[in-house]
Amino acid sequence: MAKTKELLFDPVVNNNPIALQVLGICSALAVTSSMSVAFVMSLAVIAVTAFSNLFVSVIRSQIPSSIRIIVQMTIIASLVIVVDQILKAFAYEISKQLSVFVGLIITNCIVMGRAEAFAMKNGPLDSFIDGIGNGLGYGVILMVVGFIRELFGSGSVFGIEILTKVTEGGWYYTNGMMLLPPSAFFIIGFLIWGIRAWKTSQVEADEFKIAPNSKMKEA
Amino acid sequence: MSSSNESTQKTVTVALVLCLVCSIIVSAAAVILRPAQAVNEKANMQMNILQAAGLYDPEQSIADQFQIVTTRLVNIETGEFVEDMDAERYNQRRAAKDPSMNRELSGDEDIASIKRQAKIAKIYLIENGEQIEKIILPIHGYGLWSTLYGFMALEGDANTVAGLGFYEHAETPGLGGEVDNPNWKAQWTGKQVYKDDAVALRLVKGGANRSDMYGVDGLSGATLTSRGVDNLLKFWMSDSGFKPFLDNLKQGRI
Repeated sequence: MAKTKELLFDPVVNNNPIALQVLGICSALAVTSSMSVAFVMSLAVIAVTAFSNLFVSVIRSQIPSSIRIIVQMTIIASLVIVVDQILKAFAYEISKQLSVFVGLIITNCIVMGRAEAFAMKNGPLDSFIDGIGNGLGYGVILMVVGFIRELFGSGSVFGIEILTKVTEGGWYYTNGMMLLPPSAFFIIGFLIWGIRAWKTSQVEADEFKIAPNSKMKEA
Repeated sequence: MSSSNESTQKTVTVALVLCLVCSIIVSAAAVILRPAQAVNEKANMQMNILQAAGLYDPEQSIADQFQIVTTRLVNIETGEFVEDMDAERYNQRRAAKDPSMNRELSGDEDIASIKRQAKIAKIYLIENGEQIEKIILPIHGYGLWSTLYGFMALEGDANTVAGLGFYEHAETPGLGGEVDNPNWKAQWTGKQVYKDDAVALRLVKGGANRSDMYGVDGLSGATLTSRGVDNLLKFWMSDSGFKPFLDNLKQGRI
């Protein structure tokens, strides 16, 4: 039981795929301008990571190592297409906003990374839970970034107005940069800083030492 | 992983079985969910048409509200109705890609940067007996990042704007994406398109004068998107676009 809990919640803070492993940044920049979109994207990634881990783990003893990456990709790609089709059928509005980014889950390093690093070596149940855990870790960061970007960029949370915008006759001047992808870079950067200040074990050792500046001289 | 997994035979078998299973799952999902998706797409298009005309009511079912709308085909060049084709099945966007059903636009004419224009347009009319109440025209053109697809709704006089809306674009959210802003869209209602038989409707950088019957505010921070909207408007309301048809309507020729 303790192991299950660890598999599920370790990736949320201690071993977060975005904050510690710095994977899946591309989609984290692209889909976080509104919270409802980020939420659906998180669910989609949780589903894909969990099931791809499950299926890869089930057939792991049959996979020839020479084509293992292709096998994993095929499973992931099939799952992503199924998720995309389901979204188009039952959540059409959101799927329009997510557009190409659902398809790009295929190339999300988190999914691939967990299939290769965990599911190839562990049983189906553990792998499934690990997939959910890593999807959650991705989702938590997405929701935090989405919250900050939507609140300051559009003055709302989940589409519900919190700060009345000037364009709607209120007082809040929206921060346009928050709606553009680069702002997510800054927010994720600050998040990583915050997490590493809290969990100092995540701070990486310097790979090299920066030499002191050469002395200033008169030209 | 045992070494028996590494034989060529095993590798090929695993690859084949996996591909077969995955393709069955994917195609099954696509086939089973297709009807639900088609309903969504159709409802979405109908909703956009109603929204452009300012008639959409979220409380009621879209299909019921759409019953007042008639779908017609118009030959863009002559401005006459096309009767010998099924309007429901015609797809203008597909026609714009099929060289037999479209024409290439020369550089000077192509201010909306669409390169090819379908010869036949799919338009929507809302009629009250013999009287046409609203004319909803499909328009599209290039903005900053993407082609904007939308509808322009005119009142029965074929000159007063009833509404405008884009249903597909990929402009920057918050800047060019403000073409979806309800307050901005509301400005269009009541504006006039033609002045002395020329397109006078335009976007005004820095904000239009409230009493200007032909001016709508440009989008702040989105000069190129505004210019795109302005150009596509000029294009579709000109002789290359729907002007022959609108003239025919005004003079009662059709």
